[in-house]
Amino acid sequence: MLLQSSASSYLPILIQGIMALAFVGITMVITHLVGPKRRTIDKLTPFESGISSVGNARSPFSIKYFLVAILFVLFDVEVIFMYPWAVNFRELGGKGMIEMFVFMGMLLLGFFYVIRKGALDWEK
Amino acid sequence: METAINPWWIIGGVLFAVLNTAAGLIWVERRMLALWQDRYGPNRAGPFGLLIVLADSIKMFFKEDWIPPFADRLVFVFAPAIVVATVLMSFTIIPVAPGVVVADFNIGLLLFLAFSSLGAYSIMLGGWASNNKYALLGAMRGAAQMITYEVFMGLSLMGVVLLSGSFNLTDIVLAQQDGWFIVPQFIGFFIFLVAGLAETHRLPFDIPESESELVAGFHTEYSGMKFGMFFIGEYMGVTLISALVTTLYFGGWLGPDFLPPIFWFLAKTFAFICLFILLRASLPRPRYDQLVEYGWKFLLPLALVNLLVTGAIRLMQ
Repeated sequence: MLLQSSASSYLPILIQGIMALAFVGITMVITHLVGPKRRTIDKLTPFESGISSVGNARSPFSIKYFLVAILFVLFDVEVIFMYPWAVNFRELGGKGMIEMFVFMGMLLLGFFYVIRKGALDWEK
Repeated sequence: METAINPWWIIGGVLFAVLNTAAGLIWVERRMLALWQDRYGPNRAGPFGLLIVLADSIKMFFKEDWIPPFADRLVFVFAPAIVVATVLMSFTIIPVAPGVVVADFNIGLLLFLAFSSLGAYSIMLGGWASNNKYALLGAMRGAAQMITYEVFMGLSLMGVVLLSGSFNLTDIVLAQQDGWFIVPQFIGFFIFLVAGLAETHRLPFDIPESESELVAGFHTEYSGMKFGMFFIGEYMGVTLISALVTTLYFGGWLGPDFLPPIFWFLAKTFAFICLFILLRASLPRPRYDQLVEYGWKFLLPLALVNLLVTGAIRLMQ
């Protein structure tokens, strides 16, 4: 069963979004106005457990996090192809199933390559 | 669909209920943790310490709203707003009772996935804008954790979509009239629950915050209501995941007739919230590399196999 979604069915979401943002905005503005303002010297440096901060926080970072992000982009794009297949599963039938098997096989091939390359081994 | 109720009332009611649940959960969680850890918990303010919620929120309101001079001002203010706004908007798709849903349309589940992806921005931007080493470490961990678990969170939901043939959550609930999806989709439920824990970075997966090593992780520099926004956002995330588990795997509002449908929905959701708190009370925090490797090497293949097996069984019927 497919309901037709038109632009108007997004209206409640838009309204709820506006109300959520209004809630956040109003609360933050009120707390900004009613709270005290005290500038002390200790608040002017980043909190690092009482040890005085050295250098900039935005320094070079472990490449592993970047690798995870790249893999996420690859896999998430491929996973998104399965969403329309899943929702149209009944219409596509056995042929669609076989095609999805082939697609997933290729996905897993790349996945095994990534694992064998040690891209996900954090300790290396 | 009997949409006799004014949509404005539904929107207002959902917002009111969600915000109050999030606030009430602070009390529920503290009392339950205390119960499971054999201590009292907050019991001074009001009956059973119930007024602690009020005291907490008053305190948070009158705290100094401090934006550190070394922080990136605009992004620093935006980050906590993103988390609350996206979670609140995700609640539009959840059918509370027959006809009581803010937006009943055919891509509901995709909308949830989209908003949960946006949630990753709040951690990343908040930690980055703080310009603090702990905050940046927490933000990096949070971002990598959330995107890792997002891949197969979507995959685990596809099992449900296969069985019901729709992204619409009302249709998914109605498809469960012959039996809840927890039985054919037990593995999918397990994967979704783990991914939901990781997405809301709740304990045991609160590695972006991990107090014992990163002070407070990505929100180290946050104080006052901005910290409160992250805090409320986390509790609303727990409520959202519980409501979704209820809707997708446990038949939503369906239940015996002697009580109204909305009662069944709320009771099931509350049961899952309690499960989240029990998990917090009983499980230790894993190491970061364990978390990421568990996700990629175990849960991702498991989600794929679950989807294929579900499809094959479905095809044979």
